[in-house]
Amino acid sequence: MTFTGHFQGWFGAGWGWFAANLILVLAIVLPVMLGVAMAVYADRKIWAAMQMRRGPNVVGPFGLLQTFADAAKLFLKETIIPSGASRGVFLLAPMISFVLALAIWAVMPFDAGVVLADLNVGLLYIFAISSLGVYGIIMSGWASNSKYPFLGGLRSAAQMVSYEVSMGFILVSVMLYAQSFNLSDIVMAQKGNVLGILNGNIFNPLLFPMGIMFFITALAETNRPPFDLPEADSELVAGYQIEYSSMSFALFFLGEYANVLFMCALIPVLFLGGWLPPFDWWPLYYIPGFVWMLAKMAFMFFVFAWVKATVPRYRYDQLMRLGWKVFLPLSLFWVVVVSGWLMFFTDKFA
Amino acid sequence: MTAVLAFYLFAGILLTAGTMVILSKNPVHSVLWLIVAFFNASGLFILLGAEFLAMLLLIVYVGAVAVLFLFVVMMLDIDFAELRAGFMRHLPVGLAVAAIILTEMLLAVGVWQPGAGVAIYGAVGAPPVGMSNTQWIGSLLYTRYLFVFQSAGLVLLTSMIGAIVLTHRQRVGTKRQNIGAQVARTPASAVHAEKPKVGEGVAL
Repeated sequence: MTFTGHFQGWFGAGWGWFAANLILVLAIVLPVMLGVAMAVYADRKIWAAMQMRRGPNVVGPFGLLQTFADAAKLFLKETIIPSGASRGVFLLAPMISFVLALAIWAVMPFDAGVVLADLNVGLLYIFAISSLGVYGIIMSGWASNSKYPFLGGLRSAAQMVSYEVSMGFILVSVMLYAQSFNLSDIVMAQKGNVLGILNGNIFNPLLFPMGIMFFITALAETNRPPFDLPEADSELVAGYQIEYSSMSFALFFLGEYANVLFMCALIPVLFLGGWLPPFDWWPLYYIPGFVWMLAKMAFMFFVFAWVKATVPRYRYDQLMRLGWKVFLPLSLFWVVVVSGWLMFFTDKFA
Repeated sequence: MTAVLAFYLFAGILLTAGTMVILSKNPVHSVLWLIVAFFNASGLFILLGAEFLAMLLLIVYVGAVAVLFLFVVMMLDIDFAELRAGFMRHLPVGLAVAAIILTEMLLAVGVWQPGAGVAIYGAVGAPPVGMSNTQWIGSLLYTRYLFVFQSAGLVLLTSMIGAIVLTHRQRVGTKRQNIGAQVARTPASAVHAEKPKVGEGVAL
């Protein structure tokens, strides 16, 4: 009997379904929030190590509890709403950011069959939710009724819309290769991808450039350095977050890191073979798929932090040039290449 | 039961949001209500079992079109007093337009027979077994509706080219960054060391 089936036996069809899904949602959200706390810590530690500093090391063993101390501090502060702000939109914006950053996890497969919503259109769902993410930022920028947040909001709207276009084409080529929008199918399509030994689209010369481009687009979509122009500290102080304090700021912060963590999970699913081991060799399958998935997420997060520590921020016109003049034509061309290859050299479209 | 409840929830919010689009005084709030309306419309698509269209509605309209709306509306400098001052003056024209549209809609609905178009062109069946409705839409768009689909694409392309032609201007005297040239620069082509004699300058 399935997990939902058990609960339906106890509480009846409707309430049982509700209770089972509530528990499953919490089983995803709580680890994600814990992961976010650890990611913030890891980010600061890696960043510090690359700058030959110590990083957080006071609160708890090795400074592990630093994030929780910061959260408690934020929680105890007063929420300030500027008198000129549009109250409703001002308060709604961080909630939208945070809720969307959690809702996107619903379709993420952590292991074979371990997925909350096994949607047919999982990839489109991710694309749709991530394209909604811009509203939290743009609304906060406008509702703050202040110059720097407004500029930050405008920058992020232009930036995220620009990079979504090429991101869409990259997803199309992955989807064409896997013949499915379903994330679990996409992972399984990478089994024995190259020469029957290597698992993962990234090892396939046909999709390798797409993997690199997707990583860069993911940096731009999550407003991570070197594309953190919406909150560029040196120009806009903190961009759209300036007028926020206390928990409303914390929601933005958590949402941002939850999105980063999601991208660190999506790149393995699309390009690194998800829960499959990197080599299609039987002893490796004794390690649970969940462990492979977590290891790949941790690796991707390290690369994100690495980029943050080493690459200087782009200028805005350079960012737009990269998005529209480099990535868009390249990804469009590559969609043609991938579909042409599949058409003429495989039997996938026969 | 749940589907019926969900339908009334989505439809109710959709209608409320649609009404708020025209009732909001602040145009930015209007656009935000429009986004709520789009969102609930995609919920209705999901109830119909058209999950592909629901996601496309979110991606295209909410994720791209409405962002650009919001982008433009946010930057408008609107004087609300002036906006409200013209209300009584423009009311007769507005009412006339509304009356014409209402009459036309009533006429159109009056002569509309459900399924009449289908009878002429032949109905499209349900997707074959083992085919998701996403694949079915795709295979129909590129076979039976190829001409309509491609001409819609051409119309969009024309409008895109038109917009670029109308707004493009050649600016003279601006300095542009040539990234290729920058990357191609090497110490050999950029730096040279000289040891000038005292009293002599260096020719650059």
